[in-house]
Amino acid sequence: MKGAKLFFDCLVKEGVEVMFGYPGGAVIDIFDELDNSPIRFILTRHEQGAAHAADGYARASGKVGVCIATSGPGGTNLVTGIATAYMDSIPMVAFTGQVPTSMIGNDAFQEADIVGITRPITKHNYLVTDVNELPGIIKEAFFLAGTGRCGPVLVDIPKDIQQAQTSMTYPNKAEIPGYSPVYTGHPKQIEQLAKAIKQASRPILYVGGGAVASGAAEELRKLVAKTSIPVTTTLMALGVFPETDPVSLGMLGMHGTKYANYAIMDSDLLIAVGARFDDRITGKISEFAPHAKVAHIDIDPTSLKKNVRVDIPVVGDVRRVLKDLNKIVKPGQIGPWLKQISQWKKKFPLTYESKGDIRPQYVIEQIHKMTGGRAIITTEVGQNQMWAAQFYTYTEPRTFLSSGGLGTMGYGLPAAIGAQVACPDRVVFDIAGDGSIQMNIQELTTAVTNSLPVKVAILNNGYLGMVRQWQELFYKKNYAGTVLVGNPDFVKLAEAYGAGGIRVTEKKEVVPALKKALKYPGPVLIDFRIAPEENVWPMVPAGVSIRQMMSGLA
Amino acid sequence: MRHTISVLVENKFGVLARVAGLFSGRGFNITSLAVGETMDPAISRMTIVVDDQGSPQIMEQVEKQLNKLINVIKVQDFTGGESVDRELILIKVKTTTNTRSEILEIARIFRARVVDVSLHSVVLEITGAVDKINAILNLLTRFGVKELVRTGKIAIARS
Repeated sequence: MKGAKLFFDCLVKEGVEVMFGYPGGAVIDIFDELDNSPIRFILTRHEQGAAHAADGYARASGKVGVCIATSGPGGTNLVTGIATAYMDSIPMVAFTGQVPTSMIGNDAFQEADIVGITRPITKHNYLVTDVNELPGIIKEAFFLAGTGRCGPVLVDIPKDIQQAQTSMTYPNKAEIPGYSPVYTGHPKQIEQLAKAIKQASRPILYVGGGAVASGAAEELRKLVAKTSIPVTTTLMALGVFPETDPVSLGMLGMHGTKYANYAIMDSDLLIAVGARFDDRITGKISEFAPHAKVAHIDIDPTSLKKNVRVDIPVVGDVRRVLKDLNKIVKPGQIGPWLKQISQWKKKFPLTYESKGDIRPQYVIEQIHKMTGGRAIITTEVGQNQMWAAQFYTYTEPRTFLSSGGLGTMGYGLPAAIGAQVACPDRVVFDIAGDGSIQMNIQELTTAVTNSLPVKVAILNNGYLGMVRQWQELFYKKNYAGTVLVGNPDFVKLAEAYGAGGIRVTEKKEVVPALKKALKYPGPVLIDFRIAPEENVWPMVPAGVSIRQMMSGLA
Repeated sequence: MRHTISVLVENKFGVLARVAGLFSGRGFNITSLAVGETMDPAISRMTIVVDDQGSPQIMEQVEKQLNKLINVIKVQDFTGGESVDRELILIKVKTTTNTRSEILEIARIFRARVVDVSLHSVVLEITGAVDKINAILNLLTRFGVKELVRTGKIAIARS
């Protein structure tokens, strides 16, 4: 069998249903076999779009996302998408074509050392040098991508390997001597954690993306039902605990709620669950949670004690550790703490000025209302991302898809496409800015040609808003490079791509426009002209304690 | 403080780049590195000497990050533990008729082997632990060292 045909055999046996990608000279042989395989192929209009779509598919479905590109520029165009998935630990396998093995290293046409380039942004990567190794490598790639701390794996397949004949078949199992993630937490450590919970008077759960990846939402709810410990989540974990619950504190960190940050700072037991103490969470690290004993549950031992001291480390899969913990945990005496937190929640709610221009927060609240909170929200990066995180009430995991770690502008639209492929029956909304939407707007074609009815809400303020906000607050309003003069007419642009286009310039048009968009049978873009200098509040300036929150209104 | 880390890795292309990238990506300098096959040709051993720059947390991270690499099978930090280490150096020392006998006497005391002699220089092979090598280097420097080649330290656990 030809390597290219075997490639699809392997993917089918791995259960792959869809692949996002873009062809080219070094992958023609693989594409030549495409029609003989049952795998659905989504042609994006840029390789970066393919990587983000595979990532969005993975985040929405929990399965491994798959993308493919040709050698050289095809591979380098995947790089941002791979790095995005790496920073957020998203399971993905990226395939690239490579020049024939005999030409590797000779500066051949469209040659790039993509294995070298992606080494620091993949969990692992492979250059296939023998067609007989292809099935084993593909098996390992999927195994690595989707187990332990998940992440992207790249497989580089030279053209002659795709053409070569082999009689090898897909193995049942991957055996990698140096890879054995620890899933079960150490019982002694879990006992210690249970003891600490019993003794704590001001505990808090700080929950990150690891809880989503491990499918721990149910165990987390059980833990809270037993102990009433308040929960704050990172951007990566929005929805893993219902924000409608009285002990939910929403998001913490730089643009987190005041009550979440105050609770962290006053806590005496901080339980980090699948989170990694990112600088956007901790602010000035030496002043973070100063009174707290720190417990940290994570599947990746390198996450423990990387940024902060840890008193009770538990290495293991979050879901399994919480399950074991739930068997023995007993609630502590935290009545006064819960009272304090509910007072903070009343005193410092997320709020915004509602007069005058269209406020982006209002738009997001209306999207929440009109989709019954059942939509999958993707975001671009910047103010749009923070408003989407703050003002939509998330109640289920895998409904908020956003580039958290890398902060990749241009992520939202292709990710929405991937999510819509994974969840054809759900409404998928990309909350965008007028800056970042232009980084991958070509993917409107992908949505149109594949009949994927994603909705794009551009919060159009004519600025690169988040950078402008920093310039306003910390750089004496020197709006260098952030004024987006010459934006295209987004409505006409959407129409040119074959999508629907709606412009909204007044508050009273917001709801009718959303109604129209939700009824629209295909992809649709809404250009909301929002208050141009609206800021994201509250805000902790970079490098200071998260107790010191700035706010525009309070 | 210097740490000697012994790392068992799969003997595959690109593994050295992964290990080196782990250090370079964090701005750490490798003091020395020695790599060779073990009895099992599918497995290689790397002995890496690295300075912790005064922070034990850095070493903890390095060790964990090494373990995280897919091709790494086992990581051991030999620092302060029960291990034996050796380094081999080749050193080319300037000689004159006046200094040759003194240099050869130093070589004899340190059990260095003379592997090449010419009119104006002598090449010595010296094996030993760091202290011994530093001691002989100190003695030979004043004669003029034309070239020095070191293998980097290798280490093995005591039984």
